[in-house]
Amino acid sequence: MAEQNKNERKIVIPGEVIAEGDDFLPGEGTEKKQGKIVANKFGLAEEYNKLVKVISLSGVYEPRRGNVVIGKVENVTFNGWVIDIDAAENAFLPLTEVPRFVKKDEIEEVMNIGDMAVVKIWNINKRGIDLSLKSRGLGKIEDGMIVRINPNKVPRVIGKEGSMVNLIKNETGCNITVGQNGLIWIKGDKIESELLAKRAILFVAEKSFVSGLTEKIEKWFEGEKK
Amino acid sequence: MSKEFKRPDGRKVDEIREMKAKVGIVPNADGSAMFQFGDTIAIAAVYGPKKMHPQHLQNPEKGTLRCNYNMMSFSVTDRIRPGPSRRSTEISKIIEWALEPIVMIDKYKNMVIDVHINIPQANASTRCAGINAAAMALAHAGIPMKDLVSSVSIGKLDKQLVVDLNKKEEDWEEGEGATDIPITFTNDGKMTHIQLDGKINTKQLNEAVELARKACKEIYEVQKKALKEIGE
Repeated sequence: MAEQNKNERKIVIPGEVIAEGDDFLPGEGTEKKQGKIVANKFGLAEEYNKLVKVISLSGVYEPRRGNVVIGKVENVTFNGWVIDIDAAENAFLPLTEVPRFVKKDEIEEVMNIGDMAVVKIWNINKRGIDLSLKSRGLGKIEDGMIVRINPNKVPRVIGKEGSMVNLIKNETGCNITVGQNGLIWIKGDKIESELLAKRAILFVAEKSFVSGLTEKIEKWFEGEKK
Repeated sequence: MSKEFKRPDGRKVDEIREMKAKVGIVPNADGSAMFQFGDTIAIAAVYGPKKMHPQHLQNPEKGTLRCNYNMMSFSVTDRIRPGPSRRSTEISKIIEWALEPIVMIDKYKNMVIDVHINIPQANASTRCAGINAAAMALAHAGIPMKDLVSSVSIGKLDKQLVVDLNKKEEDWEEGEGATDIPITFTNDGKMTHIQLDGKINTKQLNEAVELARKACKEIYEVQKKALKEIGE
């Protein structure tokens, strides 16, 4: 974590002054008040190219356009599915956003209530969230297991350029899809390797504050394999 | 008179009881905190932002903050009947109003943020402990806030102003009796809540506000420390 940039990160609380002076720009989670950059939420403050922002450490998932998430089908309508993606807004996957042709009376056969799917958020508006299946790696989840972690820990599980998730994939031989909402799909050929991957992910989520985590996980795997 | 004044527990007139604060104590909540003034303990848990139910309570213009204050039946020496009462409904609303000016929930349209405050052990000043815990829990839940709030109760015992009343002082009967004034301040010195029932003159009320302002600075440091500890 610390190696990624030399700027020191620190925990700030709402109302705390992060930086003073006119050469800083207020980014996400901050505001400018009388020439000072003030934190608007609790989290890690980070300064990069004079842009100051606050990264959340806890709290609920905030959907963003382009996020790949995992959700559960809540309801089937005449032209699509209502999917629960752990966000406060309704998320809807219309039939037109499915890559193959689906007849109107076959909707339930494609996905029914209770099925899980990997979907992408392609638009957020006042009415709610629009989902899409038109991208690689998206679709209904047929088998495997789902692990839930805190959505704020997702970047740690993925690691720098996917290093962490790739390590877990290689060590366990499982296919892992990480949803930005904190739901993780693990699919392996053996239940044992799936469980190992699950334990590894929960370990990462728990130890998310430790620096040099990738090396720690490598050691952890060595210990597990004995 | 002012310096020789003896408080029942031997505190100085501007001394707060020992404070303790801890963040992240309810694992299932989105944010949680505990705040303690001596024997008074408050636990706050924040859930949300989530969809408001029932639907007719949804506000399409901005988010809603919903507080729920509850004293547990074993929190005082006489068992209190569980469930909402006239007193707890009123305090819930008061806490809501004390917190509303600092939370920035405009973007959470049609959504609600639930704050549940429970008092497992009470020795007066429960609403102040509740507000302090709730402010920390809201911050922990990642809700955008302008500032933190700190709350303290100022008491007038006969003619003497004291900080952070306990139960014995609340029931003061000598002279003019006791007046309890809970006051809430943001860190940058703005008042978000003041309650007063009893008699006090303008001059003393101003003194009480200044006393609270000073005490809130101390409380803020405790809250700040507790929030910063969580990342380590």
